[in-house]
Formats: sequence, C-alpha cells, structure tokens
Amino acid sequence: MKPAPFAYRKARSLDEVIALLTEHGENARLLAGGQSLLATLNMRLSAPKLLVDINAIDGLDRVVRKDGQLEIGALVRHATAERAREISELAPLIARALPHIAHPAIRNRGTIGGSIAFADPAAELPACLLALGGEVELTGANGRRAVKADEFFKGLYQTAIAPAEVLTAIRVPAATAKSRCGFAEFARRHGDYAMVGLATSAQVESKRIAEVRLAYFGVGATPLRAKNAEAALVNGSVEDAIAALARDLDPPDDVHASGRLKKHLAGVLLRRVAHELVEQP
Amino acid sequence: MTAPTCEIRLTVNGEPVSCTVEARKNLVDFLREDLALTGSHVGCEHGVCGACTVRLDGAIVRGCLVLAAQCDGARVETIEGLSDSGEIADLQAAFERRNALQCGYCTPGMLLTAQELLRNGGVPSRAQIREYLSGNYCRCTGYQAIVDAIEAVAQARNGGAR
Repeated sequence: MKPAPFAYRKARSLDEVIALLTEHGENARLLAGGQSLLATLNMRLSAPKLLVDINAIDGLDRVVRKDGQLEIGALVRHATAERAREISELAPLIARALPHIAHPAIRNRGTIGGSIAFADPAAELPACLLALGGEVELTGANGRRAVKADEFFKGLYQTAIAPAEVLTAIRVPAATAKSRCGFAEFARRHGDYAMVGLATSAQVESKRIAEVRLAYFGVGATPLRAKNAEAALVNGSVEDAIAALARDLDPPDDVHASGRLKKHLAGVLLRRVAHELVEQP
Repeated sequence: MTAPTCEIRLTVNGEPVSCTVEARKNLVDFLREDLALTGSHVGCEHGVCGACTVRLDGAIVRGCLVLAAQCDGARVETIEGLSDSGEIADLQAAFERRNALQCGYCTPGMLLTAQELLRNGGVPSRAQIREYLSGNYCRCTGYQAIVDAIEAVAQARNGGAR
C-alpha cells in the first residue's frame, strides 16, 4: 500500500525539530532511519500530517567514550555501529546483538536511536540497553535530561519521551575486565523479530557472577528484567534461575508462539547464556 | 487536499536528475514511475521482501523504506546502472549459467545484495552468503542455485579456479 499524504521537512537543528514538534504536536512524527516508521505508514497503521527528517542534523552520529560510559548518538546507523571498534570493545553486548537485527539493507539505514525510541518489545536493542543498565538522553525545549533504561520503557511502544522531546543519544557503562555479556534469541528465520530473546550483562569476580542483569525480549509489552532469576544466578545456581523464570515471566500467546512455548524457550536461552557468562575469558 | 510536494536534485546512475515529487512517494516508486527505471521491483512495500533493493550513497537500501524526498543531494544506483557499467557482469553471467533465476522478480535485488557482500572482500562461506541474502525473498529457486552462483563469483574474483 501507499502512505496517506504528509508534508516533509528536513530539519537542520535540534531547535528546529523541537519547534516543529511543539507546533504540530501529535500530527508530526520524527523520521530517522525510517525502517519501522515508513513500513507502518505504507500499511496506513498511522497517518501523520508531517514528517520531520532529522538525518541532516549534525553531531548525532558520534560514538564517544565519556567518563566510564560509551555514548552512542541517536543517528548512528546499525551498519556503522557493527563496524565501530569502540562498540565491540566497550559495549560488546550491543555488537553481539546487531547482526540479529533485520537484514543488511535495513541495517544500512536503521538507527540506534530509532530502535530505542520505537521500543518494539521484540527488538534486540531495547533489551540490550536494559541489560546494560544504560540510559537515554532526551532533548527538549528545556535542555537535556537522562532517563535510566529501567524507567524508560513504559508499555507497548510507549516510552518516557515527552511530546516535544527528541532521543539524542544512549549511554551505557563501558565494559571493564570484569564485565561479561551474553546474547541469544530464537527466531524462525535470521533477521526476523525474535520469538524470545535474552540480553544479559554481568560482573564476574573469580569465576563467580557478582552482579547480573537479565533482559528478555518478545515476552511482554516491553523488554523485561527477570529479577528472581538474576538473584538465583548470583547465588550460583543456573537451575534455580531457570525455575525462577516462572515467577518473572508470563508471556502472552502471539502469532509466533504460545506463551507456554515462550516460557520454555526462555529457560533454554538462560541455560545457554549462563554458561557463556562464567566461561568467557 | 492536494498532497504536499518537494523539489529534489540527485544523481541516478551517474546522471543528474531534478524533479518535483510528492513528499509521500518512496524511492522505488519514484525510480519506476518518474524515471521509467523499472528494473527495481515493488513487492511487499514494507521492507520484508527485498525486491526493491537499490544503492543509496553506495550502500544498499530498501527502495520502499526511503522517501524520494530524502534523496535530495544523494547518489542513487539501480540495477540498470550496475548492468550498464559492467560492474556485476560476472554475477549476472553466473546467475544465468546456474539457473539462479526463474521468474526474475527478485533477481535485481539479489544481484545488488550479492554485490555488496562481495565488495566487502574475501570469499564468504555459504552460511554467510545465506545470512546476507536473508532479507531477499525468492519464491522460485529454493536459493541453492543463487548461493552457488554467488559462491562461484566470489571464488573467481579471488583468483580461484571455477
């Protein structure tokens, strides 16, 4: 199908974007990589009156190390991130997840900020941000503010982004010698959204997991932490952690799999990933 | 209401183009309808099938998930351009030789995707070829012959005998 008519503006500055969002409210949508937005417009799932293209705004496509954190600009494209050495060294979880996102032609356009702001509950990057305990930077008329990943994902495709705010970067703690990560997902075909996926980060001390964050995706309205399983892993038992998932997750049935199957697969993923966490050098 | 329009100037297959387009028009429709470059095909129109694959500033993209309006100042290349320049003549010959197409609907997208993989260098494994092509659907061949053709060209370009 073809999208309903809309106007198009290529914004040159964040101030211009914020002014347009303030003026047009819900009738305006931001266009970054467009790989989810344009598909939904083509299917006429929504019909905004104005698209504000943010691709030409300077300074949003950088990857920078800052005070123990890695900051990834919102307009960094998936394919650029895959090739970025800072990301493979300082945010290896994100590097592991990127090849699972769709296909090369889509990763050439899609952006890190777009994936986080769109907040698809079955997408890889929101779960990675949550697993890493990262934060997003939001820019509005009153300047910039940071929101922790744990408070950012509010509901199905709903986030803490206020109406006239722009997601301008994400920040994650830079990996250290004690950091470990694990990533696994089940998808019917490579590049499809996952039936169930798991992104994890941990701090390991003498082969023991001292801290761990387990972020599941494809199991609810947002990426979800499995906190009971996290506690069991810190206590040293993978089997207890898998059993604890029964209290952490209650995935609804969807077109990909029944809730019961998703729950089973969540345990399979945890077993795989838990071994990875302690065996990494 | 009349649909809003934009003025765009870009190069397509090396030739400068300037046009007025509807803001909502996607790149592949612009190429097909306004420039009569019908080698790029329209399949699913939501980024799943890969039939509309074209190159934008040197990297392959979904022609249905980019607006023509976004291509102001850009460099676009299509199957017509890659064919005329001879850049993928060996891939095209290998597809023909190995029957890597039947109806041909997916073929332009397959060729552009394969060329990007091969331009990354080296001889990819069959698994890597399949992964790179995972976003391009073929409903005729079952993919084996396509993977064969791409593998053969990768080997030939890297000095292997085939």
